[in-house]
Amino acid sequence: MTEDIMNVLSEFIARDILKQPSRRINPQDKLISSGLIDSFHLVDLALFIEDNFGVHIDDAELNASVFDTLDELVALVNERKA
Amino acid sequence: MNGKLESLTFCRALQRLYYELPDQTVIYLQHAGQTDRPISYRELIHGAAAYERALREQGIQPGEVVVLILQHGSDLIFSFWGAVLRGAIPSIMPFLTEKLLPERYRADMASLVDVTRPAAIITYAEFESEVCAALKPDTSVRTVMITQGVGVPEQPDFEMFGGMQRTPDDIVLLQHSSGTTGLQKGVALSHRAVFNQLRSYSQVLKLNDQDVIVSWLPLYHDMGLIAGFIMPILCAVPVVMMSPFDWVRAPYRLLQAVSRYRGTLSWLPNFAYNFCAQKIRDHHLEGVDLSSWRAISNCSEPVRYESHQMFLERFRAYGLRPEALATCYAMAENVFAVTQGGIDEALTVDEIDRETFQTKWLAKPAVPDKPSVRMVACGRPIPHVEVKILSSHGKELPERHVGEIALRSDCMLTGYYNRPDATAKAFLDGWYLTGDYGYMADGELYVSGRKKDIIIVGGKNIYPQDLEELAMTVPGVHPGRVSAFGVYNEETGTEDVVIVAEVDTNDSKERERIAEEIREAVTRGSAIALRQAYIVGPHWLVKTSSGKNARSYNREKYLAEIAGRPWIMP
Repeated sequence: MTEDIMNVLSEFIARDILKQPSRRINPQDKLISSGLIDSFHLVDLALFIEDNFGVHIDDAELNASVFDTLDELVALVNERKA
Repeated sequence: MNGKLESLTFCRALQRLYYELPDQTVIYLQHAGQTDRPISYRELIHGAAAYERALREQGIQPGEVVVLILQHGSDLIFSFWGAVLRGAIPSIMPFLTEKLLPERYRADMASLVDVTRPAAIITYAEFESEVCAALKPDTSVRTVMITQGVGVPEQPDFEMFGGMQRTPDDIVLLQHSSGTTGLQKGVALSHRAVFNQLRSYSQVLKLNDQDVIVSWLPLYHDMGLIAGFIMPILCAVPVVMMSPFDWVRAPYRLLQAVSRYRGTLSWLPNFAYNFCAQKIRDHHLEGVDLSSWRAISNCSEPVRYESHQMFLERFRAYGLRPEALATCYAMAENVFAVTQGGIDEALTVDEIDRETFQTKWLAKPAVPDKPSVRMVACGRPIPHVEVKILSSHGKELPERHVGEIALRSDCMLTGYYNRPDATAKAFLDGWYLTGDYGYMADGELYVSGRKKDIIIVGGKNIYPQDLEELAMTVPGVHPGRVSAFGVYNEETGTEDVVIVAEVDTNDSKERERIAEEIREAVTRGSAIALRQAYIVGPHWLVKTSSGKNARSYNREKYLAEIAGRPWIMP
């Protein structure tokens, strides 16, 4: 389950946000604090998670102190799905 | 409305507003997750008076520059007007975002401080050490003032304020664009220039007592600073201010605010039309009514017909009126607006023949069965602003000929602060050369391109040389062998940035590493996410005859190459 979510999110970020479909995102890569995902795309990430996992991430939570890596993001999704 | 603009200095205008309309709410300050905070003129001036006192006690003199490094919020608002009351010259610097490298931000700040020579910097306690680390031992900055150390709001004693002694031709504020190059060119505006702009612009907008401005724009940019902050406050029109940081994460907040406060006027860069249309879900629009919105001015990047259509189709069901779509061509050097279109009338759309436009620089009306381009008019010059179109030899061109847009007005900048060299270069026989290309037709201006190499991303001006410098720090990339330029992205409605770098290696792994490091260096150094770092071999880049970077040719060559088209140097 966790692995599935990880793969889906990683693919979405590489393909739709970074426009580098072949890129691999490591579970510990910093996504927000490194600037990998710029502020214009944070809302895409939130909408994608809402549409695909039925989990709401509030806009006030779209910052590095709530999640910064895929690992942390997957944990957040799992926690809310439960 | 214009009666409020008779005072020819900011401080005198504030004094009047304070005594005439003390209880009027002028700002509704929004923060995600908090209750909106209404601020009356009384509160505004009391808050500003505390900053005035702090600046005075620190020995900051009228006419000295005060740099504000603050985020959206009451500190930024009060300190700005506090500096005005003191008679000092406020200048708002973009705040450090978490992804920008601290050393990069220090370098940016050094560019600003070296040229502008401010006497004081106001920031938060958390940021004090960062600011101090960026200052050289012989710095002009005598005080780094901490917001937490400023006293409580207090009754103003206008007679004590240095701002009361300022004259209309004194400089009232500086406005910078971002990056090393932009921060070295502060647009200095006089009280008179700002009031002249507000008088003309408020007349064109038909600004009235029913108006409510809604803005998410940052105050370090002319559109946010003038249209979303100074104009509402000096013209006594309430403004709902939300944080750009909140808006970009939840664009629906703009529409909810318009609905809730019966907003009438907003200014948006072109990309925001696409952004709102694509990234707002219906459940965030429940109960939203946009029928009060009477003018949404598309401003600060090229206006796209498709962006307007997308926005209109998405929000028409929520009461958005087609006649609310407006346009504005503006620049800090003219305080703000140069032209405005679409107030109480539909925007003019000029359909022109594509080939004549591209090859002969003529905007001829389209003919059936031939490819055309839809140009949206930016409207007519506002009163006391003259616009003309110049050929490459500086001669005035007739209607429908494309050339450089030049302007002359009663609201021009005094100069680039401490940069007489840059000021002299910007003018030709008293006309300001905008660096933008366009044409006039039936009295309306159409902006069609750019002579200067500036890239506009999301309404923000980016100097390519700053990004090239960052790319050159990557091992394997050589100085002078990098070219940065913008490529329009139809989906987002703004430009993407591409960097082409020549390298000596043919090894694909090594090239990949270089591309990745260029991306990272640029993102961490400028907060710009690249669309592509395009790695090429030696002698790929086109140079001008004088050996300079020919960015527009490199852009054409790149576009041809990725589309698999041949490219021949013109």
